[in-house]
Amino acid sequence: MSQLFQEAIIISILASTIRIMTPLLFSAMGELITQRAGIWNMGVEGTMLTGAFAAYLVATATGSLWLAVLAAVVAGALMGIVIAFMTATLRVDHFIAGLGLNLLAGGLTLYWFQSYIQGRPQPIFSGFQDVAIPLLSDIPVIGPVLFSQRALTYVALLVVPVVWFLLYRSRYGLELRCLGENPKALDVKGLSVSARQYAAVMLGSAMTGLGGGFLMLGFSDRFLADFTAGRGWIVIVALIAGNWRPKGVLVAVTAFAFLESLATHLQVVGAQVPHQLLLALPYLASIGLLMGLRFRSGQPARLGIPYARE
Amino acid sequence: MSTALRVEGLTKRFAGVTANDDVDFDLRRGEIHCLFGENGAGKSTLSSCIFGFYRPDKGEILLHDQPVHIASPMDAIRHGIGMVHQHFVLVPEFTVLENIIVGTQRSGWRLNAAEARQKLKGICDGYGIDLDLDAYVWELPVGRQQWVEILKVLYLDAQILILDEPTAVLTPGESRVLFDIVRKMCARGMSIILITHKLVEVMQSDRVTVLRKGKVVATLDRPETTPDELARLMVGRDVFFTVTKPELAPGETILAVEGLSARGFWGDAVLKDVSFSVARHQILGIAGVAGNGQKELFEVLCGVRRPAAGSIIFKGEEVAGMSPRAMMDRGVGHIPDDRFREGLVPEFSVAENVVLGWQRNPKYCKGPLMDRDAITGLAREMIGEYQIATRDEHVAAGKLSGGNAQKIIIAREFLHASGLVLANQPTRGLDVGVIEYVQTQLLKKRAEGFAIVLASEELSDLFNLADLIAVMFKGEIMGIVDPRTVTVAEVGVMMAGRRGETAASKKRVSA
Ligand SMILES: Nc1ncnc2c1ncn2[C@@H]1O[C@H](COP(=O)(O)OP(=O)(O)O)[C@@H](O)[C@H]1O
Ligand SMILES: [Mg+2]
Repeated sequence: MSQLFQEAIIISILASTIRIMTPLLFSAMGELITQRAGIWNMGVEGTMLTGAFAAYLVATATGSLWLAVLAAVVAGALMGIVIAFMTATLRVDHFIAGLGLNLLAGGLTLYWFQSYIQGRPQPIFSGFQDVAIPLLSDIPVIGPVLFSQRALTYVALLVVPVVWFLLYRSRYGLELRCLGENPKALDVKGLSVSARQYAAVMLGSAMTGLGGGFLMLGFSDRFLADFTAGRGWIVIVALIAGNWRPKGVLVAVTAFAFLESLATHLQVVGAQVPHQLLLALPYLASIGLLMGLRFRSGQPARLGIPYARE
Repeated sequence: MSTALRVEGLTKRFAGVTANDDVDFDLRRGEIHCLFGENGAGKSTLSSCIFGFYRPDKGEILLHDQPVHIASPMDAIRHGIGMVHQHFVLVPEFTVLENIIVGTQRSGWRLNAAEARQKLKGICDGYGIDLDLDAYVWELPVGRQQWVEILKVLYLDAQILILDEPTAVLTPGESRVLFDIVRKMCARGMSIILITHKLVEVMQSDRVTVLRKGKVVATLDRPETTPDELARLMVGRDVFFTVTKPELAPGETILAVEGLSARGFWGDAVLKDVSFSVARHQILGIAGVAGNGQKELFEVLCGVRRPAAGSIIFKGEEVAGMSPRAMMDRGVGHIPDDRFREGLVPEFSVAENVVLGWQRNPKYCKGPLMDRDAITGLAREMIGEYQIATRDEHVAAGKLSGGNAQKIIIAREFLHASGLVLANQPTRGLDVGVIEYVQTQLLKKRAEGFAIVLASEELSDLFNLADLIAVMFKGEIMGIVDPRTVTVAEVGVMMAGRRGETAASKKRVSA
């Protein structure tokens, strides 16, 4: 293989790592906010799927990609209301609430999709294109990897420090983390636990929905059944692997995206490995990771435990 | 003196239980008013109603003789009422400062810690409280965590302070400091409601209201009452504070522990070089604030936790590292400290719990099946013998009161133990009547020739029962002392980490 070809492959692997990573990053940061507030939302997959579908619907109906982004955010927030209602108001077991949401989302999106196309060939849209940042994108290697990406990719990378600041430097973040560690400590200060949980879950789910929407608008032109293909579960793994910290989650998501990108490229290069195995690589890595992980010091103490005063 | 707070006709019901029944109560400005009563008398419920945490079903609350509506802790805080809850309401992952300011800032995005720090410095200096505001709460010893709770309340400018059993986690020395500071608060015009079920503490207050089964029994000026009268009012009958312990010469050594160490989940040393021995007819008391390695010690002794080093000789046999089942088979009985989580399966019936752990015994099974008749027979027998108050043997154990649950555990362990009983906090949270019963049962086993290891946070338990007291602090034994020659205060000092002389070594010197 020529030197040039090797370099091109490496750049391509890295660039696609970033591409794969960013939708996940929105969803993972959203789920981080949700879980830090004590709600173990298992409905990431369903929320992403709904976000993706809402984006598809609005993109094909109106032709406006930014309206489609808004639709994904709103759809996510609505899913958040459902989760918050079940966990904070009805105090249903968090896992059951989330799993129910996934089933609901899978069924509803398909149903809506069918009634939208009504047997006709499905409409397609043309999604976001790369936005090369002048000057920066001309830097060798780094330029094509980091500065020649979709617009939302830049936003996603900014979301990490923003979430970090929200969690650790703002008073809302302190209250939000308190919800996950010991909601009673807020309750005895006279603050409403459930109002704050609603707010956190809605914000978190809106970001999760945005992740699904970006997946649709950035990397596809049509809707398919089970469009998110297990990415929601990867987000949950990333949260555990990242020990519930923004930086850790960023690293975990990057590692997952890198493996997936590597797997795709190895196929293209024609490595002598069954391609099913390559595709399964990131998922196998996640399973291995979860089995090996005992380090859960960052897990919020009251994560997944419904709060009741009496 | 003016009235700071008055409660009239307050009634609070939980599903099926009337926790407060038409309670009248008043608090004068600048006084320490004790709410005194047994566990379950309704003290915490009453204070939670005053704090707006629970909503009373009936009754009125007046502040400075004005009726007020307290619908939530927010209202209470606005009216200058602060409460330190019976169980810590802290976030271990937060710093002291974060615990205090969380939820108190009303405007702005950024955390405003500087202003809070300033104000807290003032409060700490004023009361002589020395606390590192930037320490994480999980780093602090339990005793110091109580100061965080108190600072939380002072930070919100409380004028009326409710302290719900604040000394439960404190050593005697720390309790004294707490009382000094509470006195200072009163001198500055604050009014204090102090909840306790300890007589020594009641005797330091200005007035006492005694609660029994949710009702106010009496409100008394403290100087005009006596501990005996208060105890009688609390329980509703005469109580004898000391069970009589006959002198018995210790027999041969049953359990000898030498250089025992163990590690916790994170690899930290939870037991360090623990050595002691217990003989037939002997009760070894383990004193110490909970969380200083008592639980781990018992776990190692009954086989649930592996020791990292050291030997355990039971009846002449090395048993360190053996499985719990092997220990049970050898005759070790274990009464764990967490009744409903480790001592019982709350969802199982009384009968199932009585036989729990012995279901393999041919007496209680027929091949792979349980022998219903044998188990029911055993349960009925135990219910009679140990006076377990239950409708019948089919009731779920979790439905029983703490005292009756404890009796199930005692019945089961005493039935099968031979030689050694390990009892961890067997009287914790029980009514005086049941405490007396448990103590009597332990003494009965001692008379029968058992060796007993008994851990208790209540020094009165140990001074009543133990032949020797080993004091534990941070996983180490600070000394083994003879209750006949040592004072409660001396044991208290050792509980806080000062090394004491061991009775054994004293003897060796004199020999
Ligand atoms: N949240 C609750 N739900 C149901 N019953 C309760 C609750 N809190 C207290 N109780 C019951 O109310 C009674 C009084 O309890 P409590 O106020 O905690 O007593 P104390 O503080 O004097 O020990 C007890 O019988 C207790 O079981
Ligand atoms: Mg109480």
